[in-house]
Amino acid sequence: MTVLISGIRRRQAEARIAQRPGLLVYGLLSAILVASLFPFYWSFLIGSGNGGTLSDTSMSWWPGGNFLHNAAAVINNESVNFWKALTNSIIVSTVVSASVVFFSTLAGFAFAKGRFSGQKGMLLFVIGTMCVPTQLSVVPLFIAMSTFGWTGTLGAVIIPGLVTAFGVFWMTQYIAQALPDELVEAGRIDGASMFRTFWHIALPAARPAAAMLGLFTFIMTWTNFFWPFIVLNQSNPTLPVSLATLQANYFVDYSIVLAGVLLATVPLLVLFVFAGKQLVEGIMHGAVKG
Amino acid sequence: MGFDNFTFVLQQRQFWVAVRNTLSIFLVSAVPQLIFAIVIAAVLDNNLRNKTFWRMSVLVPFVVMPVAVALIFGSMFGERYGLVNRTLAHVGIAPILWHTDPFASHVAIATMVNFRWTGYNALILLAGMQAIPRDLYESAAIDGAGRINRFFRITIPQLRPTLIFVIITATIGGLQIFDEPRLYDQNGLGGENQQWMTMTIYLYKLGWTQLNFGRAASVAWLLFVVIVAIGLVNLAITRRIASNEGPAN
Repeated sequence: MTVLISGIRRRQAEARIAQRPGLLVYGLLSAILVASLFPFYWSFLIGSGNGGTLSDTSMSWWPGGNFLHNAAAVINNESVNFWKALTNSIIVSTVVSASVVFFSTLAGFAFAKGRFSGQKGMLLFVIGTMCVPTQLSVVPLFIAMSTFGWTGTLGAVIIPGLVTAFGVFWMTQYIAQALPDELVEAGRIDGASMFRTFWHIALPAARPAAAMLGLFTFIMTWTNFFWPFIVLNQSNPTLPVSLATLQANYFVDYSIVLAGVLLATVPLLVLFVFAGKQLVEGIMHGAVKG
Repeated sequence: MGFDNFTFVLQQRQFWVAVRNTLSIFLVSAVPQLIFAIVIAAVLDNNLRNKTFWRMSVLVPFVVMPVAVALIFGSMFGERYGLVNRTLAHVGIAPILWHTDPFASHVAIATMVNFRWTGYNALILLAGMQAIPRDLYESAAIDGAGRINRFFRITIPQLRPTLIFVIITATIGGLQIFDEPRLYDQNGLGGENQQWMTMTIYLYKLGWTQLNFGRAASVAWLLFVVIVAIGLVNLAITRRIASNEGPAN
């Protein structure tokens, strides 16, 4: 009898927890959605107006018709260097993310499946560097770049970013649990070299984590400002650097500044439409393991 | 020789102003950000229709570069014509001096940071919430614990490892803040009276406008010290909060 009652109670409790949420939850979610999207709408609202829109006290909530005009003003501004910045951002983000994925998977494979002396210590050292702020490396790195004569070139942004501690840590974790030791041994017994084993066995097994790492690195590199701002200049900028120039030029005309902001934001928004789902999964997946 | 740069920096009033601003912006952003992230995660942790859509909707701000976020919000926080002050005027609140007043400028900058990171952290916390065994909730429900009670007695204590992770990463990132304050005005040096000059802006100023790399590097080391110190304080606080609210410990 008690068993029966507790069974019924349990089912009621389960039902209470699993039930579909009500209007309140969807209301809250909609409010969050509006808060997420409002800044984009606001940028379009101001970016489609004219120099006076922001200070117009009777400002309309309906966009004006000047967006293309303002966008053209951004693109044609010589010191903003928009096309160059866009091309540079694409080059830097693509090369850096491809390279981070390659080297991190390689190192991750070695740390997860290799046997060599100092393995644990080296991995700990790599993880330890994640706690060191960028600021600490900025001065010596800048002096190095100046010595090499690389300041102002894309190499100064790409080369220090070719591999990251986070990437190595991430791939080590993933390969350790996703790639069975037997598979690696089988490859070695069949006479495959270490690199062939990596290329034909480890790399395919690591694909989901590698894709996530690539996506993440691409976004981080695209949005990065501090280091490119220090080491690049207006004649050879990435997008964030040229947005900073745009603000310095047009400090009164927010319609042009925000039109530029939208132009610089659209590429990642498009990426988000296609890869947002993977990004969400990657963040949630990494969190559980991390 | 040796520690001259540190002695110099530590004697500068501007350095201590920068420390104050960095800590203030960090607190003003991190505390509400964490609370909102937990609430958003709890809302997302329902049996929703179109889960992926709602999860993606909180992550959109993450793909906007901080520089762009700073410019967008900068246009809203104008002292005379800003959207925020105009809205406040509608409800009869006097305009807030978002650039002149140090604390107000910290609030504005914290808003930018939170726009970009709250949803991201909410997803990490959501993952943590989903890893909590469901029978914990069931037995609590059988014992008659309501929604709110279950949240504080089960969710928060069970979430502790995830909370520690989120707080540590937010601390490391938050104390390094540069992009948003750099673009909060056209000069980028933290305001006329250093109202929002952070440690990293001070570092930049020493290194790249005064061309004194030694002093800049010593600020970098001091920033590292601050990060480690705040990280340890956070760890202690998180330990205490989470174990005090635990059901049986």
